[in-house]
Amino acid sequence: MLVIGLLAFVAQQINPTNPFASWVNPDANRLTGPALRDLIISGLNLGVMYGLIALGYSMVYGVLGFINFAHGEVFMVAVMSSWITSEKLFEAGLWEDFFIPSLLLTVMIAIVVSTTTAVVMERIAYRPLRGSPRLIPLITSIGVSFFLQNVAIGLFGPGAKRYPQLPEWLTARRTLLWIPGVEVEGTKILVLVVAGVSMAMLWYYVERTKTGKAMRAVAEDKEIAALMGIDVDKTIVRTFAIGGAMAGVAGILWGLLFRSVVATTGFLPGIKAFTAAVVGGVGNLGGSMAGGVSLGTAESLGPLLLLEPMGVKGPTQLKDAVAFVLLIAVLLFKPSGLFGERLSAEDRT
Amino acid sequence: MNPPASDVVPLLELRGINTHYGPVHILKDIELAIYPGELVCLLGGNASGKSTTLKTLLGMVKPTTGQVVLDGEDVTAKPTSYRVQRGVTMVPENRRLFKRLSVKENLELGAYLRNDRDGIARDLERIYEMFPRVSERLSQRAGTLSGGEQQMVAMGRALMAQPRVLLMDEPSMGLAPALVQTNFELIQQIHESGVAIFMVEQNANMALSIADRGWVLQTGRVVLDDTAAALMSNPELRASYLGG
Repeated sequence: MLVIGLLAFVAQQINPTNPFASWVNPDANRLTGPALRDLIISGLNLGVMYGLIALGYSMVYGVLGFINFAHGEVFMVAVMSSWITSEKLFEAGLWEDFFIPSLLLTVMIAIVVSTTTAVVMERIAYRPLRGSPRLIPLITSIGVSFFLQNVAIGLFGPGAKRYPQLPEWLTARRTLLWIPGVEVEGTKILVLVVAGVSMAMLWYYVERTKTGKAMRAVAEDKEIAALMGIDVDKTIVRTFAIGGAMAGVAGILWGLLFRSVVATTGFLPGIKAFTAAVVGGVGNLGGSMAGGVSLGTAESLGPLLLLEPMGVKGPTQLKDAVAFVLLIAVLLFKPSGLFGERLSAEDRT
Repeated sequence: MNPPASDVVPLLELRGINTHYGPVHILKDIELAIYPGELVCLLGGNASGKSTTLKTLLGMVKPTTGQVVLDGEDVTAKPTSYRVQRGVTMVPENRRLFKRLSVKENLELGAYLRNDRDGIARDLERIYEMFPRVSERLSQRAGTLSGGEQQMVAMGRALMAQPRVLLMDEPSMGLAPALVQTNFELIQQIHESGVAIFMVEQNANMALSIADRGWVLQTGRVVLDDTAAALMSNPELRASYLGG
């Protein structure tokens, strides 16, 4: 099926009157070059945000061995708090006049709030359950997720909130310097750059610093890590905090890009990020990011590239289905994820 | 008790230790003392409480009653990291390296609580000299090493903490017979550099041949406490551990 779809698409691109192009679906829209490029960019944008959220799933899984389903809500809390901050700044007239300082303040508040949420969540909901079977914190995390969603509804109501307008110079389409002729919205460039920088910082922290080394040691063997003098509880808190901060970065980027938030904003991106983590291999940080990017692009390109030439009606509404088909395919053919699980079961106690 | 000299303060001491896991009474009135620079061993069969004794010394298990005394200071309520910082380190059973970290990272984690960069670099050099084979494999993942090499890394990792007393849990467990001898030679080498060694072993013959003193633990109680030579010739012990 994939092959037929791809072939049909390629045939269309080469020659629209090509009989093969209209063989399956005579009404298929011809995707133009710029449209394809925009789809790729949106896919990458979605992908890096999924990747940033997926890091939180992966890190907590690496250290504690359970999937924290409330992590999507940490992301939602970040989108919400950056909405509140930007809205207040807008009302005060600062958002438009002093955009950059306001944006930085919003970013800081979003990150602080999401980090705090993650840390408090660990302290209240998960630490008392340390040492119990892994299913128990997993179920608890689903409860925490509902709790946070409903708190958000209780505080801000169920309706969608709009972010204030972004300045013209940011949203304008710009030429990417290194690829002449390619124009992309400024916001989308910002998303890619910020996500890239956050990833690089995280990589440096985990792989090159002493505390990062301690974190990997705790992920592998808590008892021996404690024997080295590492404070295991503190390291676990730190893991949640970093996951929360990454979700915070993703949250503010999401807000800038889609400029809207509801109490359930965290649900679908949360599940998608979880999918990204599984696709890349849970517990593997690079894999999570790669999983996010492949999921984002698959979801963005799949419908128009594969489904439409195959004659599927309303293909763009099936983007979530594309994402989850990818999840099922990975689970069927390579259950440990594309990049393998960094921590195998026999190494944990 | 046969302390080497009556006026020396023990480095590490257990006083009247009783430990329970739930309703099960594991350790019963354990009294033992390790003096600076000694090589002592704790013998005992399965489920006699050897590992619990080690964990109690390190604070990984809290006793129900009794005291753990380090340099004359009661450290019963202090965390493991406090004791590690003051010179108590363990080479765990089955080595337990961080298999997915590199050999170098494993060694560096041994010095986690130290902040003296120069001292750490010097000790790394010392360990490379002691185990040349380890220094050839620094960037390799520790899990890819052979059992003997892993044992060297485990000892190196423990030495990086600058221990004054090294606790060894079943050092010859899981090693090829040919390596057991080398391993005991390494232990002696570390001992000669001035580190006190407290060794828990099933291989009683081998352990007693290098130790100064020893204890025999049976169902959580110290049943024998004597010099290594005396233990070697003890008929009871010979019957149960040394094979006639």
